[in-house]
Amino acid sequence: MKKLSARRRHPLAAFVVLLLALAATGGLYATLAPGEAKADNSAQSLAIEEGKRLYDVGCATCHGNGGQGSSDGPSLVGVGAAAVDFQVGTGRMPLQQPGPQAEEKPEVYSQEEIDQLAAYIASLGPGASVPEESLYDPAGGDPAQGGELFRTNCSQCHNFSGQGGALTHGKEAPNLHDVDPRYIYEAMLTGPQNMPSFPNTVLTEEDKQDIIAYLNEVNTSSSAHQGGLSLGGYGPVGEGLFAWVAGIGALVACAVWIGARSTKARKS
Amino acid sequence: MSTANDAPQRRGKAPAGERLADWADGRVGLYALAKANMRKVFPDHWSFLLGEIALYSFIIIILTGVYLTLFFEPSMSEVEYAGSYKPLQGVMMSEAYASALHITFDVRGGLLVRQIHHWAALIFVAGIFIHMLRVFFTGAFRKPREVNWLFGFLLLVLAIFTGLTGYSLPDDLMSGIGVRFMEGAILAVPVVGTYLQMFIFGGEFPGHDIIPRFFVVHILLLPGIMLGLVVAHLILIVYHKHTQYAAPGRSNNVVVGPPLLPVYMAKAGGFFFLVFGVITAIAATVTINPIWALGPYRPDKVSTDAQPDWYLGFSEGLVRMMPGWEWVLPGGYTLNFGLLIPVIVFPLLLVVIGVYPFFEGWVTGDKREHHVAERPRNNPTRTAFGMAWLSEFAVTMLAGGNDVWAVNFNLSINAITWFCRIGFFVVPPIVFIITRRWCLGLQRRDREKVLHGRESGIIKRLPHGEFIEVHEPLPPEKLYQLVSHDQSEPYEVGPEVDENGVRRRISPLERARARISRGYFGENAQIPKPTREEYQELTSGHGHH
Amino acid sequence: MSSHTDEPEPSPHEGEHLPSQRDEHSAVPADDPFANPGLPPHEPRRQDIDEQAAKRSERSVSLLFALSTLATVGFIACYVAIPIDKIVYIWPFGHVSGLNFGLGLTLGLALFCIGAGAIHWARTLMSDEEIVEERHAIQAPPEVKAHVLAEFRKGAAESQIGRRRLLRNSMLGALSVVPLAGLVLLRDLGPLPHEKLRHTRWKKGTLIVNESTAQPLRPEDIVVGSLTQARPDGLDPHDENFANEIAKAAVMLVRLQPEDIKDQRSAEWGHEGILCFSKICTHIGCPATLYEQQTHHALCPCHQSTFDLSDGARVLFGPAGHPLPQLRITVNDDGYLEALGDFEEPPGPSFWERG
Repeated sequence: MKKLSARRRHPLAAFVVLLLALAATGGLYATLAPGEAKADNSAQSLAIEEGKRLYDVGCATCHGNGGQGSSDGPSLVGVGAAAVDFQVGTGRMPLQQPGPQAEEKPEVYSQEEIDQLAAYIASLGPGASVPEESLYDPAGGDPAQGGELFRTNCSQCHNFSGQGGALTHGKEAPNLHDVDPRYIYEAMLTGPQNMPSFPNTVLTEEDKQDIIAYLNEVNTSSSAHQGGLSLGGYGPVGEGLFAWVAGIGALVACAVWIGARSTKARKS
Repeated sequence: MSTANDAPQRRGKAPAGERLADWADGRVGLYALAKANMRKVFPDHWSFLLGEIALYSFIIIILTGVYLTLFFEPSMSEVEYAGSYKPLQGVMMSEAYASALHITFDVRGGLLVRQIHHWAALIFVAGIFIHMLRVFFTGAFRKPREVNWLFGFLLLVLAIFTGLTGYSLPDDLMSGIGVRFMEGAILAVPVVGTYLQMFIFGGEFPGHDIIPRFFVVHILLLPGIMLGLVVAHLILIVYHKHTQYAAPGRSNNVVVGPPLLPVYMAKAGGFFFLVFGVITAIAATVTINPIWALGPYRPDKVSTDAQPDWYLGFSEGLVRMMPGWEWVLPGGYTLNFGLLIPVIVFPLLLVVIGVYPFFEGWVTGDKREHHVAERPRNNPTRTAFGMAWLSEFAVTMLAGGNDVWAVNFNLSINAITWFCRIGFFVVPPIVFIITRRWCLGLQRRDREKVLHGRESGIIKRLPHGEFIEVHEPLPPEKLYQLVSHDQSEPYEVGPEVDENGVRRRISPLERARARISRGYFGENAQIPKPTREEYQELTSGHGHH
Repeated sequence: MSSHTDEPEPSPHEGEHLPSQRDEHSAVPADDPFANPGLPPHEPRRQDIDEQAAKRSERSVSLLFALSTLATVGFIACYVAIPIDKIVYIWPFGHVSGLNFGLGLTLGLALFCIGAGAIHWARTLMSDEEIVEERHAIQAPPEVKAHVLAEFRKGAAESQIGRRRLLRNSMLGALSVVPLAGLVLLRDLGPLPHEKLRHTRWKKGTLIVNESTAQPLRPEDIVVGSLTQARPDGLDPHDENFANEIAKAAVMLVRLQPEDIKDQRSAEWGHEGILCFSKICTHIGCPATLYEQQTHHALCPCHQSTFDLSDGARVLFGPAGHPLPQLRITVNDDGYLEALGDFEEPPGPSFWERG
């Protein structure tokens, strides 16, 4: 199965599918243009309409009635569907309370509603769209190349294996453990909150996939920690604490045993 | 000494062991050595085994270190990794890093030995540290042991630097950042900084020389010196004989405990295996320094959570606490105080502890030998000083891990840094005052106990209706423990005028000494321990409880 | 080592006393309540009086030693049987190397059991009677000191070092000069600094290459809110001196809305809001690339120096003493970003001659 899907995602496969699709839509357009386009458009506009309704209820307070932004929230014109999918899909939006940063939490909207919101926001101005699965499938990336790119672009904030790290004044780069590759891709593409964006001109689509492949290798629940307990993967601070608490603790316990008086006959 | 001739002549040959001993005696004087040391007494107490944790870790480090050198390649030549760790295949890296990966993933047991080596290093320095704490707080550094304290202190310093050079060798991203820090620190040295940097690195950072050079320092130079110091340290321990706590039968003139052969030999030898076993079990189950996850070092790459091993956490904290002060002197010379001040304070913080015995000896003017370990409460000022130092150490350690605390406890990194900046000046004095008062309180309680006995928990009603708790007098051995310590008098500068009424010249140093000495032993610095007269008056006379 | 054995000692026991003789140490008036009560009498352990208990201890100790032997056999078995790349899931440790886990635990057990056996043996079966050993003053008695000093003076006089000043001074002179030879030998450890720390690979016209894609960058590649790591064109990671060069020349590019840039000079040195800063922290040289795109702060992960990229990389927090140097950039005729020259000031950590 895996092999089959890997072959299906041969780089050329997407290209062929795209060509076929283009040819097909072109042909269809020529013949059935008015009817089809209308149906398509109406589905799209329906989603936008639904999205606007959801937006007005859940988002407009901070982001303004037309997504133009206010003092409480940035403008959403041109942020694209990918940003909405990330922010709402990971539960960061709607914001629970103002603070140094929006935390990940259980999402409020269903995926269908998120898509509708995304469609509405995308209609406000051109922006990044939600990526195809083939773009962020870890199997398609090279983890070694991804590791190099990760250490160039990401590890300064997210730590060498993506355990997260501190930024200024209480902000933080989150832990990337088991994060859905789609959200990692969208985050790189859109730069949520204080994270800088990495548009395809800075990190190509393949680069992003490599990074996802690397994270999939080193920071998921099934990643190997060859040496044993990883102590959170925070480096020497955790190791030092462990050496003192467990190491010295155990050895002092041994010393206490050695130095303790043996049980006397009278007391036993 | 004619016992050998008087011994009954055995028929036939002596046993093989004895013949071997005879042979050795004829060459190196084995029997004389054994006579002095074979039944040597070592007092039994768990706190006397803390130094052994360090000693045995040191042996473990040497054993595992020798194994690692069989495979490690201290070279900074760039190679393309072709080993069996997938997420690095095809990545350019130094040979040093590639060989460290080779040890980890392609030498069976290599990972285990690497992890034992590194865990043992952390525990080694931690062992030295708690051993020093025990010696410090019990005053076991006093005459005649000041020199041995100095040996131990030098071992601590060398251990820190050996650890630092070892941390740098695998040339992973974290070690490279450590080396970069050293480069920056060297560059911050006024006047000669750039020259030193060029000489030490063989040119610009990072160059190709620093790892081979650190390798020699790490495996030969520093451990060689340390080995010599360890031997000297042990010889002096045997020569001085161990200190012990006050207890019945123990005094400044005798040492009481099990003999070297067989009990202490079995316990000390056994403890070596316990330490080795515990460290190996840790290395089997807990990752340390996962170099494969860090990636190779390149000067333009970095990871957050970049920290040194724990024993340099305090120097890291000193740097992280510093405000960004930089002066440009007339003539265009730059003083980078953001590094210069921490680089000066770091050794000072250590040296204060190293020279403390000499300072206390000078203040007290005490020339006697001390073999009975003091209880920390009986020298409140020293104990308070030690605790203040520890609190300073803790504040700097806290600052050194500010990013890790921030992300794990959802705090602001800037707030933690500010807390530590203020705490650096505020916390030690507070700890000093609290500890000193606490010790005095404990002394008062000891005095109470000696004079009025221990609370028995029995309530008695007196004829006129008053309730009192019956106090039981302490047994003699407990009494002895509470009153056997010395209480020194403060050092006095003497009269201001000599016998002719002429003003004597008293140097400010002498005055300072007298003042500090009053801080140690003056009226407010210790509670007079009960005298025999006080005790007898209270117990034999009209004392009603 | 055994110097105290040479001292004339009246005690025939040479420092070793049986408990019955210890009274002599507590020669104090009997009516002194604070007197040293002397060692308490030795109390036997269970094993001392009950052979059954002793046998049990013996069995426990032997069991520990046998367990250790078994563990060593297990260690060898692990070494032979477990493949080095085998990853196994073990709760609570996670997915770990089977070989490391197996070897470590068997070896740890083998070692620990030897230690535990020896200590249990010492605690339960070896005599626990404490021995009293006399301490001897470390300081030599006056007559020994006098003897040594006399001998020393004699030896010194025989050498004539005190009498023949010329001889002494010339020897001290020679001894104090000879280490210079060793010092001179250190000269070739490295080159002199000269201007090495001042110059980088950036020159007028050097293209700015994206570190991730190795492609030269165009202004339209860099959007507001993005972060791009870059290096000078012509610097290849396979070069012999790549590390030395990148340690000085590494840069990062950000794009700000022109109205967000507070520092006029900084804006002029950029191109349409694209600013190119050295990413080597001016404190100790870590890459200060933790860029917060909303606040425009760049943080260094090593010591938290924080630079405001919208204000000429001014230092906001932390131990760095001066801003990150900015590279002047422009767009060439082909539409690519290029440097207008080297950094105006040396990038990286401060040094004495930096100015």
